[in-house]
Amino acid sequence: MAVITYREALRQALTEEMERDPSVFLLGEEIGRYQGTFRVTEGLLQRFGEMRVVDTPISESGIAGMAIGAAMIGLRPVAEFMTFSFALIAVDQIVNHAAKILYMFGGQIAVPVVFRGPAGGGAQLSAQHSHSLESWYAHIPGLKVATPATPADAKGMLKTAIRDNNPVIFMEHAKLYSTRGEVPDSDHAIPFGVADVKREGRDVTIVAYSQPVLLALHAAEKLAQEGIECEVVDLRSLQPLDMDTILRSVSKTHRVVVVHEDHRNVGFGAEIVARIQEFAFDELDAPILRVASADVPIPYARNLERAAFPSEDDIIRAVKRVLG
Amino acid sequence: MKAEVPVKRPLPESLTPQRLVELYRTMLLIRHFEEQCSPAYRQGKMGGYMHVYIGQEAVATGFVAHMRDDDYMICSYRDHGHALARGSDPRRLMAELFGRYTGVAKGKGGSMHLVDVERGFLGGYGIVGGMVPLALGVGYGIRYRGTDQACLCFFGDGAMNIGPVHEALNMAAVYKVPVVFICENNRYAMATPVEFASAVPNLAQRAKQYGMPTRQIEGMDVVEVFREAEEIIQHVRTTPEPFFVEVVTYRFEGHGIADNPTNQALYRSKEEVEYWRQRDPIVNTARLLLESGFATENDLLAWDAEAKQKALEAVAYADASPEPPLEELYRDVYTDMEVEEWR
Repeated sequence: MAVITYREALRQALTEEMERDPSVFLLGEEIGRYQGTFRVTEGLLQRFGEMRVVDTPISESGIAGMAIGAAMIGLRPVAEFMTFSFALIAVDQIVNHAAKILYMFGGQIAVPVVFRGPAGGGAQLSAQHSHSLESWYAHIPGLKVATPATPADAKGMLKTAIRDNNPVIFMEHAKLYSTRGEVPDSDHAIPFGVADVKREGRDVTIVAYSQPVLLALHAAEKLAQEGIECEVVDLRSLQPLDMDTILRSVSKTHRVVVVHEDHRNVGFGAEIVARIQEFAFDELDAPILRVASADVPIPYARNLERAAFPSEDDIIRAVKRVLG
Repeated sequence: MKAEVPVKRPLPESLTPQRLVELYRTMLLIRHFEEQCSPAYRQGKMGGYMHVYIGQEAVATGFVAHMRDDDYMICSYRDHGHALARGSDPRRLMAELFGRYTGVAKGKGGSMHLVDVERGFLGGYGIVGGMVPLALGVGYGIRYRGTDQACLCFFGDGAMNIGPVHEALNMAAVYKVPVVFICENNRYAMATPVEFASAVPNLAQRAKQYGMPTRQIEGMDVVEVFREAEEIIQHVRTTPEPFFVEVVTYRFEGHGIADNPTNQALYRSKEEVEYWRQRDPIVNTARLLLESGFATENDLLAWDAEAKQKALEAVAYADASPEPPLEELYRDVYTDMEVEEWR
């Protein structure tokens, strides 16, 4: 088992899948000659050539449509958005085309496409470059949504995404690319819909996904020093969603904090909370709290941006509140 | 405003009398099929918007005639004619319009989303211009595999004013994909005339800037469409580049079923509609067949009766077909995953 970065893990998944299956190809802005804005695709143009590593103009609708069309005739395109904030331009292609084609044509045309790239913010990129919006995609029947937090999950889930016959929204996080972790050397594909308990604990369940999983783990570390044992459930994928693992944890701790970087209002946390109260109302000893971004456009100033995003301290405070 | 006689040039070599008769009969089938749609709609047998192709039959007929079995085609929601021209079973198409389980999409798509995967028809799409980026991807897929297939992409004049179409046209030329972009200019995007909506109303001229060959052709004459389509499709097959063709045509009916003659009076005159009806591709092809001695009056009557019969059979088949079972509600959302029934 090697220790590599999240970025390298993604690159390994792309490389291995491209080696394994000639129908896999990549397209996106600056992914080839420039080696990828976040260097995920570094070296791949040189290795696979320009037919399989396709540099595109800044045309997100064109990129998405090109990927969907190629997928409809049996290729397996992996389209990179430089950030998911730019995917907003392509939402009609993703939502009205990729997500609908299988159903509206009676199950006859599959769309095995992956849309991947960084979501979220945290580098003072301000209002237009810091969106999360995973709840938008999870809201759409027909899309799968993956949000890996560690290098091992990033690699294993990207392999699963590429092999999946449905459109997959694969949300990375810019703050995760340089994080390191152990990644199995073997061909490991992690199935969607299986949450991972990243830390066990008896007192409070913290449900998180993507970069906030790391925040939750740090907060849990600090709380442990005060004798509070948190269980951190990393959802890993939002659609499909593994409610069983959440409910198992809830029935152990009876207290829940949900953490995500998207805004709180109508964020994915609301869905988790709704389902917990529906299926495990009697297990709860306290109201469920959400830790999320402030419901404001993300500001530029370092102090304001920091205040807008969820922090370790926010999680610690929320955990203490649910403990009464 | 006189009807033009369609014969301006000798028939193309590949257009044998027999082939011309086939084109004629295809157009007749489309016309009769759609003439059954309005009454069925009024009887409550179909829902939705229901956009008919009446008047534009020569366009799909002339282009699709040159498709090989392994070629692809994709189009807008005004898709009945394209599916019929491609040879889809009229009974299953009508069943789809009726929302029946025997329909081409099991009744889940309806009039706007006809499809025939076996014939390379990748579907009709309801978002104006939305299928143009998809055609780019199909074309890229063809290039990726290195075959000499072609993809025909049909859309309307309205699509020329939406952004993704222009992203896709540029990228199609950048990647040199074998796609024929067929802009069916029927003069109106719903009720908005092309001269109002496009500062450069010559749409072929607009597309020229993308660095691909373009052409504006006559769309009311199936012989001319056939002639041009043959050359254009052959071009994308053999030359690594896309082609943009603006086909000047006209829809005789409203935009959709709700766009009745009273509504139409808000944007076009009866005289204008009458002028174009004089150029009806079916009437003019019939005249050509007679004048050339390729058919007799009796032949024409027999073919007309036969097309009408097929349309009536399609209606009867659709009428007798079951609705989709309720389990279908939850099927086909994903290829491999059940959707939770929560009610």
